[in-house]
Amino acid sequence: MSLESIFIILISAILVNNFILSRFLGICPFFGVSKQVETAFGMGMAVTFVMTLASIITYVVYGLLDHWNIEYMQTIAFILVIASLVQLVEMIIQKTSPTLYQSLGVFLPLITTNCAVLGLTILNIDYDYNMGSSIVHAIGAAIGFTLAIVLFAAIRERLELAAVPEVFKGFPIALVTAGLMSLAFLGFANLV
Amino acid sequence: MNIESVLYPALLLGGLGLLFGIGLAYASKKFAVELDPRITAIRDVLPGANCGGCGIPGCDGFAKAVVDGEAGVGDCPVGGPDCTKAIAKIMGVEADTKERQVAKVICNGDTHKCKEKYEYQGINDCVAASLVSGGSKACDYGCLGLGTCVRACQFDAIEIVDGRIAKIIPEKCTACKKCVESCPKDVIDMVPYEQSVVITCNNNETGKVVRPKCSVACIACKICVKACPFDAIDFENNLAFIDYEKCTNCFVCVEKCPTKAIEGRLEKKEV
Repeated sequence: MSLESIFIILISAILVNNFILSRFLGICPFFGVSKQVETAFGMGMAVTFVMTLASIITYVVYGLLDHWNIEYMQTIAFILVIASLVQLVEMIIQKTSPTLYQSLGVFLPLITTNCAVLGLTILNIDYDYNMGSSIVHAIGAAIGFTLAIVLFAAIRERLELAAVPEVFKGFPIALVTAGLMSLAFLGFANLV
Repeated sequence: MNIESVLYPALLLGGLGLLFGIGLAYASKKFAVELDPRITAIRDVLPGANCGGCGIPGCDGFAKAVVDGEAGVGDCPVGGPDCTKAIAKIMGVEADTKERQVAKVICNGDTHKCKEKYEYQGINDCVAASLVSGGSKACDYGCLGLGTCVRACQFDAIEIVDGRIAKIIPEKCTACKKCVESCPKDVIDMVPYEQSVVITCNNNETGKVVRPKCSVACIACKICVKACPFDAIDFENNLAFIDYEKCTNCFVCVEKCPTKAIEGRLEKKEV
């Protein structure tokens, strides 16, 4: 795998096809855990861990599915993998950082049903990526996810202090902001 | 259809599940977080209805609050004395058993006894009915009997009896106070479970005003106040009320009340 293709996959996953702002996957934690930069970053790290491991394991699992010609089982097998990984991450975070565990709250187990993770694993298969490219793609997607959620959290922190019209306060202005961010990321289209 | 098309998916998914299961079981040992054992112990003796009657979301939250000292051992209104004792034992403190309270509808004016102002044909709900000039009852303080409290009760302890009035079954009541909050007429009160004599009127009007409306209203005649041998009955806003600490359930007031506005549950009468 050439350095060039690694670079292209990374740029594509982080900026051009950003999972949240271009593919609209993983919107739930994007709004749920983006009140503080710190927790948003923690969420990003958790998703990074799950995405990277999930892409490795699902690559192997898909090999088995392909071998027996039962590719139609891909969705359920992948969800099984992701759910187990999320359980593992939950245990590790609870052990190592109780504060982060508290602030992530229900959104941690919800990574299980985070479509960004499932979407990534299925895209890996669709793009015919090999193991190396899958991992690079996963890391790129995770960085993109973290980038978007941390940027968004930073904006929301400042929005708390901004003079927002009464009707837009709270969630509505967050949605408007997310839309504008998505438009801004549209600027990266056709970069690669 | 060949057997392999069933066998392989089953084998693969089963195998994956088993593999991850073992992995997670190992991880849960390795990354086990030591919880305060008292939290789980308290959680086990709680009723587990997650009703929120204590003001804390869920029984898990309550167990944690007790251990953290934010809630008292007797603050679960649903569990009753047994639950309080069990929690006190776990926490190693003396239980100051609160008297069990139950909700009570303090109105006896069903449709046979209390007149109607108009015929209500709207939504079958007390809140809706009370918006139409305070409900169809001639008495503005009484139970409308459309069952808003029945729907609020999670323990099946309230029923609408003949004459369209709500009755609470004390044995089933867990004192979660959901009905008290739901009632638009504020006609449900908390009364000690052991108390058998209760004034069943909520009307603050004078006898002259209330008499034509309802035959079982408190007409503020003060006969009960004079009759009570223990000074347990007092008067405020044209309505008698009983000091439950002083009341001995002697039933004198029940017998003396000219409008039968004091209810005594006979099975509890002290002989």
